[in-house]
Parts: sequence; C-alpha cells; structure tokens
Amino acid sequence: MATTKKPASRTAAAPARLGVPKTYKLFIGGKFPRSESGRSYEVVDLRGEFLANASLASRKDARDAVAAARKAVKGWSGATAYNRGQVLYRIAEVLDGRRDQFVAELVSLGATQRSAVAQVDAAIGTWIFHAGFSDKYAQVLGSANPVAAPYFNFSLPEPTGVVAIVAPQDAGWSLRGLAATIAPAIVSGNAVVVVAHETNPLSAISFAEVLATSDVPAGVVNILTGSAAELAPHLASHMDVNAVDLAGVDDSTLAIDLEVRAAENLKRVVRPRTLPAAHVGTLDEIQQFTELKTVWHPIGV
Amino acid sequence: MATKPSKTATAAPATTRNAPPKTRRGSAGPNQWEYAPAPESTKIVHLRERYEHYIGGEWTKPSAKGYFDTVSPSSLEVLAKVAQGSAKDVDRAVAAARAAFDGDWSRRSGAERGRFLFRIARILQERAREFAVLETMDGGKAIKESRDIDVPLAAAHFFYYAGWADKLEYAFPGRRARPLGVAAQVIPWNFPLLMLAWKVAPALAAGNTVVLKPAETTPLTALLFCEVLEQAGLPAGVVNIVTGDGTTGAALVEHPGVDKVAFTGSTAVGKRIARAVAGTDKKVTLELGGKAANIVFDDAPIDAAVEGIVNGIFFNQGHVCCAGSRLFVQESAFDAVIAKLKRRMDTLRVGDPLDKNTDVGAINSNAQLQRITELVAAGSAEGAEIWQPSGELPARGYYFKPTIFTGVSQSHRIAQEEIFGPVLSVLTFRTPDEAIEKANNTPYGLSAGVWTDKGSRILSMVDRLRAGVVWANTFNRFDPTSPFGGYKESGYGREGGLHGLAPYLNFDGRR
Repeated sequence: MATTKKPASRTAAAPARLGVPKTYKLFIGGKFPRSESGRSYEVVDLRGEFLANASLASRKDARDAVAAARKAVKGWSGATAYNRGQVLYRIAEVLDGRRDQFVAELVSLGATQRSAVAQVDAAIGTWIFHAGFSDKYAQVLGSANPVAAPYFNFSLPEPTGVVAIVAPQDAGWSLRGLAATIAPAIVSGNAVVVVAHETNPLSAISFAEVLATSDVPAGVVNILTGSAAELAPHLASHMDVNAVDLAGVDDSTLAIDLEVRAAENLKRVVRPRTLPAAHVGTLDEIQQFTELKTVWHPIGV
Repeated sequence: MATKPSKTATAAPATTRNAPPKTRRGSAGPNQWEYAPAPESTKIVHLRERYEHYIGGEWTKPSAKGYFDTVSPSSLEVLAKVAQGSAKDVDRAVAAARAAFDGDWSRRSGAERGRFLFRIARILQERAREFAVLETMDGGKAIKESRDIDVPLAAAHFFYYAGWADKLEYAFPGRRARPLGVAAQVIPWNFPLLMLAWKVAPALAAGNTVVLKPAETTPLTALLFCEVLEQAGLPAGVVNIVTGDGTTGAALVEHPGVDKVAFTGSTAVGKRIARAVAGTDKKVTLELGGKAANIVFDDAPIDAAVEGIVNGIFFNQGHVCCAGSRLFVQESAFDAVIAKLKRRMDTLRVGDPLDKNTDVGAINSNAQLQRITELVAAGSAEGAEIWQPSGELPARGYYFKPTIFTGVSQSHRIAQEEIFGPVLSVLTFRTPDEAIEKANNTPYGLSAGVWTDKGSRILSMVDRLRAGVVWANTFNRFDPTSPFGGYKESGYGREGGLHGLAPYLNFDGRR
C-alpha cells in the first residue's frame, strides 16, 4: 500500500502505441453528423503533414443548422438569465478541464506552446466574462422612460433570433475566435450557426464536444466546418436567419456580397473586423444581437 | 357542452355576425350628428409661389431639373412649386453640411448645441398653429391631429434632445462620444414635421450636421422649418434641406460624403438602402413598414378596446407604419367587439381635414388612394367580407371610407401586406398561443397591441410578441423619451429616448 513505485516507462520497452484518431464531424442540433454531401477536406499541420479529414459542409448542412438553431431559440431565450449564465460558466469549466487537450491540438497545428496556452486561457476568460453578463446586460441596456402622460413605459433588450457567424480566421484565433463571437450572441438567448476557422477546424469540433457536455441545449450552437466562401452566401441569404456576424470574412468583395444578400430580409449585419489582442468581450457585442422592445401601459385605477 | 356541437350551435354565431348591429340608429354615419362646418383658417400660412433648396443657409436654385407642384390632397389646389433635387444639388448640400461640421458646428460646446435646440423647440411652439395648418393643407391629415399631436410632439422632441446635447457622458458613461459627421436623412409623408424632428433633433444633439430630404408630396413644413432655423440663429449649413422625389433620396443616401443614413419609409426602399450601403462605413437606421397585430381578449374592457382599435387603424387615415391593421379578436368576444366597432365607426367624421370636427382626413395622394383601392378590391376578391359606414365622402379630393374586413384569413393579401390606409383586417383566435402564433406570422415586427384585464397575461403576451413597441391596453402612443423602432423587416435602430442617440455617435473605446 504505502510503497511508491515509479510507473514503468512504456516508451522504452513497448512499441509505439497505435493511437485512435478522432473523426472530426459537424455539430448540428446537438449531434455530430458528417456532411450530408459526404465531402471532406484535409487538415494539415505547418509542414503540410496530414492531420485529419474534416467534414466539408454543404448548403444543405447550413440549412439543417439554421433549422436546428431556429428550433432552439424558443427554449434558450425563454430560459432565465441566471440559467443561461450558469450554462455559459459550465462551458468555461469544461473547457478548463480539457485545457491540455486543446493546447496539444493547437500545438499539433503549429502553434507554439506559449501561444496555444494563451489562446485557450483567453477563450476560457471570454466565456466567464459572458457568463457573468447574462443577468446584467438588460439592466444596462434597458430603461424606464418618463413619458409625458399617465403611462408606465419601459424598454428591454431581447435576443434577435438566429445569428449566423463567420468565425475569425486569423492565426491564433481558431479557438478564442469562437468564444469571442459565439458567447456575445448566445448570452442573450440567440441560437447560432458558426462557420469555423477554415484551415484549423479541429479546435471548433473539439470545442463542440465541450458544448455537448456543458448543458447547452441542442441547437443553440451549431458548428460547420468547410469553406466560408461557399457557406456564408447561403447563410446570408437564408430567410430564417435574423443576423450575420461577418467577423472572419477577410475578402472584401465577399463581405459586400454577403451584406447585399443579408438585405433581402434586413438581417442585422456586423461587418468584418479584427479583434484586439486583449479582447475579452464588450457590451456592444452583446447589444448588436438584441432588439429593443418598448412597452406602454396606462396608469390608472 | 357536447363534444360535437350541433349544427344550429355552429350556425348561430355566423348569422349574428352577418346581421347589422342592433344598436345602429336610423341613417347612421356623419349625418347622424349635424355639425356646422368649423374650418381652420389658412390665413396664418404665407406660402411662396416657389421654393428652392435650403443649402448652407441660402435658398439655392436647383441645378437642373426644375420644379414640381405640391398639391393639397383635399382641395387639389397647387400649394407651391418645389425644387426637384439632382445629384448635383445633393452634392452641394453634402458639401455645405461637411463644411459646417468641420467648421463652426464642431467648435460649439454641447451646451451651445443644446441651446440652439431649445430655441428651435420654443419657436415651433410659438408658431404651432401655422405649422399645424400647413401640415394639414399639404398632407391631408385632420387638423385636430396635426394641432394636438404632430406639432406639439415635434417641439417636444427638440426640447428632449436639447437636454442631451451637453450630457452625452451621462448617456454613455466611461466613453467619449463623438459625432459621426454628415447625416443623410430621408423622411416619409405621413408625419412630415414630426419625422423631421425625430431625425434632426438627435442628430444635432450628438453634434452632427444634416442633409434632409422631405417626402415628395409633403415638403412644405420642412421648408417652413428653415425659417425656424433662421430665427433660432442656427449656423449656416448645419441643417440643409433638399427636396425632390425618390431619385433625390437615392442620390443622398448613396453619396460617399455622408457618414450616417437615417430613413423612414417603405420596407422595399429600406432594403435598397441596406444594399446600397454594403461595404461602406455608413451607420444606418431604418424605420420601415409594419402590419401590427392588435389583440383583444374577451376579458378586455370592450369600450376602451374599441377606442383603441379605432385609434389604432384610423389615426392619420391609417397612414401609420405602426397602425394596428390586423385586429385579432378572441372568438368569444367577436360579436360584441364588432358590433361596437361598427357603431363607433358610424360616428367617425370623414371630410375636410381643415375642419376641426374631422376625424379622418384626406388620403395623402392619388397614388396612395389607388394602392388602398387595389388592396381593398383584393380583399373582397379573396373572399373577405367588407363593411364601411354609411355617409358620403367629399366630392373633391382623395378620400377613403374607414373600412373593416371580417372573415379574413392569414394568407389574404390584406392580412399580409401593409395597406397604409384606413382599412382594418379582422381575424379571430381562441387561445393566447394561437394569438401569438398568428400575430408573429409576418415579416414585419414594428408594433403590437394587447387588450386584457389580466396583468400576468399582458406580461406574457408582451414577452412573446416580436415587435419593437407593444401597447398594452392602449395604442399609437408616442413620446420623445420612448424608443421607437422595429424587429425583423420593420428595420433596425431606434429613434427616441436615450436609445435614439447612439445611432448618431461613434465612441472612443469599447463598452
């Protein structure tokens, strides 16, 4: 019992363990389907070495994801703010518990150990920031309005509905870019469809495993891997999408095309942008996926 | 009750619905109550024969396209000739606004900007009657509305935003707010002066300069407003007015020199603007169409609800983007509500908008009258049942009788499309869930109404209605402190209140 024995070194004696590589699939409606198109694309490391075959999502997958998101809006936006806050906090907890795995995955794709750690920690921080905002943003963004007549009048922010997001594509943002764009959208009760980092979609799918085990209701976050240039136009013209976040659209011609498409049902459009290195989150980013509702009621006896 | 209702039981309500309301007396309609005509005098209004653009504090001749007539929709008289703005005129106006922004205006403190706005509010109050009469002459709305609602509210908007001009650090704590620059503002014909106030007041309070294009059919109060600006001593170029048609508006919002676009009008034009600004840095607010649901439960105070229904759809001849144009009545209250509604509609006085007794004035233009007529014809053709009060319409001018359709189904054009006239589509529901389902079944989301005596039901309905303004046990209330704007295809951004300031500002630092 009390004897402390060093574990025998396996590497020396035994042949190299044959690993069990993960199949990276999509994340739609709380499930992990392959692309209905049957397509995939190679994910490679910095040296061009094969890492995995990621699903190459199709237009149909995008439509399925929007349908799943729409289905989730009612329950998620109807949950209490306290509840949403705890779910977001749970994401941070589970992410933190799998910190090493995410670091290793980022390193395998070419990140330095230091930058990988920094990115994972930034993602965790972003989730915690938003977890704490769920029951506060409405108090800051809402108002009681002193109208010049005997009416009780107040304004409150509400989620806009389904938000389509092109995640940041910059190096060093494959994981924290998801936090930076998903968290401000879902904290208020929106459901999202995210097009992941194109060349490193692995973090996104591993992150989907975090979501799937964090009490995030199915469909609140849906993640597509593949080509933003192929998927985003479908999402921008989809008539059941309420808003688009073009954060990671680097091609300005594509960005204009997407904004023009979004006008068809007057989607709220957040234009492409570079997030600052120190980004954690802002109230503005939460506000841009909310609608303000103003309510009047007479005062009388 | 038996689970399977007998034939007579189902047939009974249908017969009552078709029967004329029992309470209708004699030859109803305006003739029921004789009033001597009480027209407001137009002597107070001194119109010029011809109006040019107001650019850089000067009346400026149009560069090319000449002038068009603005006509009274009630008397059909030509009131004045108004300049048709070209791209070159717009260019000049934007340059004047830019010069003012870079010059005098940006050196003014918030307190000074506020003082100008306070002055404007006061002058509007002083000249209220003149503005009310002119608004009614040019647009056709009943004088009691322009006198009691449009003009006082316009003055109140300036007064409200005047106070914000030197308090932006309280509105946005911890951030330095900066004006955007030149705001391009295009407004509609339904509330010409009021929409001008909604646009100009927050823009100036935030420190921007403005180029505003009033609607083609109702430019006169905006042009009279230029006199107010001069009396208030506002620096030249801070507010510029360019008149014209849709091409003038398009040239303005597409002008590369504008930093902000604020538009109130149709959803179709709003979409065009959203496309036009794609890829630019322009900030945009769009206040567009609506097809509001006005939901009446059987426990509602019916008399109050009927007043709310009437105010909801016949206010300003129904030329209201947030009009309660879809009435949802709980089935158990249908007969009572419709009978009282018809009786009330019989007392509405339709006629000369300048008459102080007039409830429903003239339709704004012949084009709008044609659109209303076409949609009403579609309503009948698709099988809905039309009802209009008796009584005659004036022989001259554009008028349309207050109209209700019963037996309307969700797919009818009159239940889907914005009519923008005094036409109400009546639908029914049984449960709150059904009411919500039907009410939200529209691409629009500007406003909604709920009538019930039960507080918890109000809050639950308010929570589930997808609309930017919800009136509970009231309808069509407006106030400068109260944010206004839509969900979905009714546009984005808010006007009014604290929330109406941010769309005119940039911020140093993130919040």
